Amino acid sequence: MSDFEPKVVAFVCNWCTYAGADLTGTSRIKYASNVKIIRFPCTGRIDFMLLLKAFANGADGIIVSGCHPNDCHYTSGNFHAKRRWIMFKELMDFMGVDMNRITFSWVSAAEGAKWADVVNTTVTRLREMGPYVSYRDLVNKSVEEEVKNE
Amino acid sequence: MNNLIARAKELLENKIVQVIVGYEAGPTGVARPAFITNPAKADLLIYDERCVQNLAVYLTKPEVRNLGKMAIVATLPVMRSIMMLISEQQIFADNIIVLGVSSDGSLLDIADIKVMQAYIEKSDLGNPVKDRALLVELNKLSKEERFAYWQKELSKCIKCYACRQACPLCYCTRCTVEVNQPQWIPVQSNTHGNMEWHILRAMHLAGRCISCGECGRACPVGIPCHLLTMQLADEVHNYFKVYAGTSEKMSSVLSTFEPNDKESFII
Repeated sequence: MSDFEPKVVAFVCNWCTYAGADLTGTSRIKYASNVKIIRFPCTGRIDFMLLLKAFANGADGIIVSGCHPNDCHYTSGNFHAKRRWIMFKELMDFMGVDMNRITFSWVSAAEGAKWADVVNTTVTRLREMGPYVSYRDLVNKSVEEEVKNE
Repeated sequence: MNNLIARAKELLENKIVQVIVGYEAGPTGVARPAFITNPAKADLLIYDERCVQNLAVYLTKPEVRNLGKMAIVATLPVMRSIMMLISEQQIFADNIIVLGVSSDGSLLDIADIKVMQAYIEKSDLGNPVKDRALLVELNKLSKEERFAYWQKELSKCIKCYACRQACPLCYCTRCTVEVNQPQWIPVQSNTHGNMEWHILRAMHLAGRCISCGECGRACPVGIPCHLLTMQLADEVHNYFKVYAGTSEKMSSVLSTFEPNDKESFII
């Protein structure tokens, strides 16, 4: 397990966190290279189905990040996103999916250091947790189920 | 029940409505939905403990809508569904007469939406008592046990979408599961895809579910899928202090927000 490197997918908004991550780079701050950043127009666009698809396709962890409340480029996208994440988190908790694998954060375009910190703490936590075996088993089992049914 | 039949007859004879949506006894004695257009047949209407289906699901169906103005036999969950459908502009309050029935089966005098709202507000809006007990049991389990429990239940799902069809609030003419570019939900039944479908359904009903439990009753393989939406109905009340289907003006929880919504997990 010692050489396990988690795969992390980051869903970030174009206007704050993506620019913030850019600043991390231009400020020459080093952070874990495990993260693959996907740029969205707004956190309000980040559908919960996309997070599920990330897990299904082999992600060990997810970061969802956008503008701080009141800073949304589209005024209210992040407020809507916040309510959706609250509901999503409660539903996933109820279904027993491990929500420690998803980090939700607000990172502004000026917070390059915070972005590095968010990524590093997430990756450290995921290294301890190990690969997301239970979800991967579920997906593999489902493929087998289908082969059997055919 | 006699009051209900008399009222239904009166409405049809005076041409105030064209159809009564209610329950009748089927050949095997089970209650089934009835769509009565002829006043002479109003005697078929029944209302007793067998009548559990949420009839509000028919309000948005074109086949029923095309019959004309309707009156509907409505228990509390049906009234809340109607409220929700009006607030989402799926039906017009003027096109519907509510034949409210109380939990003991007596006919209520629901003259208009305001009266219905008052009746809903003074009722118990939480989840049904037996489902509350099940939710408490499930919430006591550990995360791994809950994961195993839902895997076991959801592996039974045959993707018939009865839960969607039975739900008065799942009225989209093109559901996300029918979208195939991209294919959000796999067409075949497998545990992972079934889980994605049930998460999607619960999320789309978050803040809209009125806790009638019809999805769980409709499921042919006995998945307690109503617990997912009911758990979220509970959470909606915990976080946002609202119950769905209590006002014709209320927009659903996830399509609105308060700047000071509280959460503890976003860093």
